[in-house]
Amino acid sequence: MPKIKAGVIVFPGSNCDRDAGFALEKIGFDYDYIWHDFEKVLDYDFLFLPGGFSYGDYLRAGALAKFSPVMKNVEKFIENERGLVLGVCNGFQILTESGILKGALSQNEKMKFICDDVDVEIKNRKSPFTKYIEKETLEIPIAHMDGNFKIEEKDYKELKNNDQIVFEYKDNPNGSYKNIAGIMNDKKNVLGMMPHPERNAVKLLGNGDGASILLSIRRFLENE
Amino acid sequence: MNKTIGTTELAIALGLSEEEFNLIKDKLGREPNEFETYLFSAQWSEHCGYKHSKSLLKKLPVNIEDENAGYIKIDENAIVFKVESHNHPSAVEPYQGAATGIGGIVRDVLAMGARPIALLDSLRFGDLKDPISKNIFEGVVHGISGYGNSIGVPTVAGETYFNKTYSTNPLVNVMCVGIAKESELTYSKAKEHNKYFVYFGAKTGRDGIHGASFASKELSGKDDRPSVQVGDPFSEKNLIEATLEVLKIPGVLASQDMGAAGLLSSSSEMAYKGNLGFELYLDQVPIREENMKPWEMMLSESQERMLFLIEPGTEKQIKKIADKYFLEMSVIGKTTYERNMKAYFNREELCNLSLEHLVNAPNLVIKAETPNYFYVHRARKNPNITKHPKMIFSELLKHPNIASKEWVYKQYDYKVGNSTVITPGNADASVIWIKGSDKGIAMTIDGNGPMTFLNPYEGSRNIVFEAARNLVSVGATPKGVTDNMNFGNPEQLEVVWQFEQSIKGISSACRELETPVTGGNVSFYNESGDSAIYPTPVIGMVGEVKNINNIMTMDFKFPSDLVYLVGKTTINRDYLGGSLYQEIAGDFIGGEVDKVRTLFELGLHKSILKIIEENIANAVHDVSKGGIAIALAEMAIKGQKGFKGLVGENNEEFFGENQSRFIVTVPSENKEVFLQTMSKMKMEYKKIGRVLPEEYGFDCGFGKVDMEEMKKYYYDSIPNAMED
Repeated sequence: MPKIKAGVIVFPGSNCDRDAGFALEKIGFDYDYIWHDFEKVLDYDFLFLPGGFSYGDYLRAGALAKFSPVMKNVEKFIENERGLVLGVCNGFQILTESGILKGALSQNEKMKFICDDVDVEIKNRKSPFTKYIEKETLEIPIAHMDGNFKIEEKDYKELKNNDQIVFEYKDNPNGSYKNIAGIMNDKKNVLGMMPHPERNAVKLLGNGDGASILLSIRRFLENE
Repeated sequence: MNKTIGTTELAIALGLSEEEFNLIKDKLGREPNEFETYLFSAQWSEHCGYKHSKSLLKKLPVNIEDENAGYIKIDENAIVFKVESHNHPSAVEPYQGAATGIGGIVRDVLAMGARPIALLDSLRFGDLKDPISKNIFEGVVHGISGYGNSIGVPTVAGETYFNKTYSTNPLVNVMCVGIAKESELTYSKAKEHNKYFVYFGAKTGRDGIHGASFASKELSGKDDRPSVQVGDPFSEKNLIEATLEVLKIPGVLASQDMGAAGLLSSSSEMAYKGNLGFELYLDQVPIREENMKPWEMMLSESQERMLFLIEPGTEKQIKKIADKYFLEMSVIGKTTYERNMKAYFNREELCNLSLEHLVNAPNLVIKAETPNYFYVHRARKNPNITKHPKMIFSELLKHPNIASKEWVYKQYDYKVGNSTVITPGNADASVIWIKGSDKGIAMTIDGNGPMTFLNPYEGSRNIVFEAARNLVSVGATPKGVTDNMNFGNPEQLEVVWQFEQSIKGISSACRELETPVTGGNVSFYNESGDSAIYPTPVIGMVGEVKNINNIMTMDFKFPSDLVYLVGKTTINRDYLGGSLYQEIAGDFIGGEVDKVRTLFELGLHKSILKIIEENIANAVHDVSKGGIAIALAEMAIKGQKGFKGLVGENNEEFFGENQSRFIVTVPSENKEVFLQTMSKMKMEYKKIGRVLPEEYGFDCGFGKVDMEEMKKYYYDSIPNAMED
């Protein structure tokens, strides 16, 4: 079987792009880096929007990246249901800023950057991103200044009723509403999450829990 | 300004002494003009000219001369690393001071063509109860977090120490480690004439003008802020990626970052090293402020700028990369055969100076004098501290110099880069994995102000060996050293003596360990008003991990593991000088500092490495601040396990600090092989107790302490102090 083709979108200021590439390779994807000015059709099965500080994050985290040429094609990719999209950390912030995902990510409750390992509970076990995970709780690193998820009550209810909430923190590190750590769009082909699965994709760098998410994505794309 | 009459006053105002100015006139055979006076003032500042230190620095065992940063080898890789201070800027503007400190050292490593892969910081502040010190501490940590996290280089290790000697003069020493294939390194030496100098990076503004001379004087207490640079981590991140791409172009011949004294020192040093001269066309410098004077462009310390030397014809390729990363690029000069520096602005010649004269600041040799304090303190007897050890134990655990630094390092992204195998707080050193291999790089940074104050020679030796023990305890072989010398005013005889003794101490220890000093930094004038800091050399050390799957951490692993003290098993009461418990519980600093017996120490390192390599031990921790009791407490807290044993009968034995000691835990099934190994290695050891379940508590000979209570002391101390 040919390998699943992944594209890692690189914005100026992204700093987890190579980490994502490393993890994707370990999990058995073929991958390319796609620079932010890429204007052609994204011919991939899976897109990874990595963490970092796109364009310096000087306005609001993720606020400028939504104007980049590549994001138009990411939107088309999602609309046409070409494959799956995962946004991690700054990638998640870009997805909410561009309206692809609901809600917003504001500064951590304690106004400080947090680097730590956290436990997240899987709330939707049927999503393409979690379907093949056996564990119920994953230990995944976080590292962010703006991870405090905020959402309007009516939107929250919609997310909840439509099973779009994928991860919740066990011990809320940043003040996120209802402990939310990761959500999907309504088509369920886009996942945004603050924790970094790519940083815990091999045993040497943790317990390997992050790999299970990427593995689930790969298997979903291979099988369905 | 009248050029002939005013330059003397200008020179004095810029920090040159009258003698220095006369020397300049003698060398030139004429009065320098205004522009030239500015150049000399910066190039001859202590910060750039190393006037008071260069003759002594020659004593250090080096393996590479005069580069942006030095390196050691692990297989085909060059591990490039260097430490640099940003003490004065951090005192005045803690956030920007620390942030730009990172920026600068990252570019030093980058200039070698190495990708920066780790940061370490050694921080010293005044008493945490003092609101000003607290403010500086908070700002510095915030600055490191803001800048370091954004550029995507993990901050993986460090030390934070509080003492009133650093109240208005904090020490902010940042070390960067990078990696490249040795064959692909770039150097700063210009080798041929008629090659182009290319300005690359952010635009030049007026920030940081006189930063170099600012670093070379005591803080005035008035507003020193205009001398502090402002950092832009987004530009730095782009500069990192762009520079790594540029240095791959075959026509790029040499590179240097524009650090202290910016364009002036980078261009002049590159040319001087190659026995060449150069011309600069200052109207070509990209500027972001209007009406900048040529001398301002020369001295500006605007951040995120590099200088490359290129083969004519490669400009287009470089411009393309600059555009991709939103950076400026401009050809601003060329190397010349004649060994002079000429600068032009719109074709007007601003100077024509012999590089020999400009670059070679005078060498000031002041004869050191052993100060009285040394003899007085050395003769003082250990204080008779009658406090109950249990009380001292809790005082130590919650003292900010021992308590967990989680509050600090959780604000740093220590995992970006996906290669941090040992994260902060879990061992005596951090370990970065060299991906694609089974090798790792262990790194640590360490200093001990009170000890180097009491005895700069032995104290400096001790911190080098202490750094080595940090590496050994994770299973790494020490390979190389970078040193940051933080001292007071070098015009004072006492400081000269401290500096000289310290350099001698570092040299001898590094020779014995066979770890070359690959580079470093000297920071003088660390005093404000009449209070000088402790002489504080800081040692950054890098080691090789041969098998990344076989590394060691300090946490107790399993109940019933046996706990041994390995190395010096009996405390030497005559050599407890600088022990933290004496200062905290007895308000005492004095006595004789312990001395490392080299052969014993090296044998100890071999023994520890052997038991790690052969999987005999479950945990290893080096015994340092707070003595054995605190070392055991740290292992228990990290492992969430209890402990029962007997480590001594009095405060000296519980908390006294001697050199050459490790604590090792061994599963009972490995007891025999452990004992055999120790006797084969002829190493001293002593069984001191056993790991127990956490519920049991912690008892090392002065009564049981509840683990929850210990954790509270250890973890809550700094957050509580910061929330006050």
